[in-house]
Amino acid sequence: MSNTDDAKNRPADAGRRDALKCMGWAGAGVLWTLAGGVPRGALIGSAEAAKMPAGGLHFVQISDTHFGFAKDANPDVAGTAREAVAKINALPVRPELVLHTGDVTHLSKPTEFDQAEQVFADLKAGPIHFTPGEHDVLDDNPGALFHQRLGKGATAGGWYSFDQGGVHFIALVNVLDFKAGGLGQLGASQLEWLERDLKGVTASTPVVVFAHIPLWTIYPQWGWGTSDAAEALSYLRRFGSVTVLNGHIHQVIQKVEGNISFHSAMSTAYPQPAPGEAPSPGPMKVPADRLRQVLGVRTVEFVPGGTPPALADQILANS
Amino acid sequence: MMTRRISAPALVLCAIALGLATASPAAAGSDDKKVAVAIKEYAFSPAAITVPKGTTVVWTNNDETPHNVTTSGKQFKSPPLDTGDSFSWTFSQAGSFTYFCQLHPQMTGKIEVVP
Repeated sequence: MSNTDDAKNRPADAGRRDALKCMGWAGAGVLWTLAGGVPRGALIGSAEAAKMPAGGLHFVQISDTHFGFAKDANPDVAGTAREAVAKINALPVRPELVLHTGDVTHLSKPTEFDQAEQVFADLKAGPIHFTPGEHDVLDDNPGALFHQRLGKGATAGGWYSFDQGGVHFIALVNVLDFKAGGLGQLGASQLEWLERDLKGVTASTPVVVFAHIPLWTIYPQWGWGTSDAAEALSYLRRFGSVTVLNGHIHQVIQKVEGNISFHSAMSTAYPQPAPGEAPSPGPMKVPADRLRQVLGVRTVEFVPGGTPPALADQILANS
Repeated sequence: MMTRRISAPALVLCAIALGLATASPAAAGSDDKKVAVAIKEYAFSPAAITVPKGTTVVWTNNDETPHNVTTSGKQFKSPPLDTGDSFSWTFSQAGSFTYFCQLHPQMTGKIEVVP
């Protein structure tokens, strides 16, 4: 049994994954509430979802738009990114912010950043915050272009934090200075910054951490993990509610570890195979009429009263 | 719980460790000393080669995903290679060069340059 199976076989995860798959095929969004560490599912649009109290914080995660990609797996990634934006704009509640968890572009080209900015300009939502993926830092001075275009408000290293709606948000960067044979990494400077940043935050404050590569090891053979994530997580364990959002693997995989829950997201560009179920993690080609069932965005809602957030992964369309 | 499926890259790494993937030195003294390394399925193939000084190694990306070639000692770094793109480097000094893909650091390779 692999590490991945370990993650997959957790009963809560298995139920969630299976249910998500079923709902995905059935074409319905699923709303997940993490209560006591055990996710509960409910259909989007059901009475339960509609009863969500107003006045919390509602935001969206979008990931792996890969502007510039034009291979068989999806020859029109700008088109599916626009569909994702339309889906966000059609939400019943206007999101107060949007988090992009990286791989905005495919090859870090200025034209790709241009296209991303044009598409995201149509978002009817609060500010959009980015953290880079490894595809965004391919310029000669790695990450300089990303930082200039999308890194407003970030520290020189690219990481940053902010507070909104009573939630402390932290953008981490784990796609720089890779070592041969290694995984994603945060590095000593960023870890020191994180420890300092969290010192001023009370343990009852909900924390949302977002980064490109998963902060838990999903499948090291494909580089799906962050080598020094354990150090970062050690600073986060005292908090009552920590939600870690990431992209990179173009599929939803989840793990709950005490008060920390981890959630990888779908891409809006193309799917990737489940861990170990293909010779490599390359773009997965699915029939054209099924592509939008494996692409999507995620909504996250905090409700007043300190309950954990409700996460809903929503596919782009049924066909 | 820790038993892992052995993936192709893992086998390649094992092969490197055992010295099994080391190719024969390219024809020394040839006027056109070029050696090709393919990038396919998130792996360099062959992953380890031994070449005489002066050899030009040509990497070609056959994947649908961009890759690059970055040496661990920072002697050189290729631009990102999209599908079908190639990158060449002429090794004028003897030595051992380990390299990896900047986007997918699990992809590693080694060039042994002999005098």
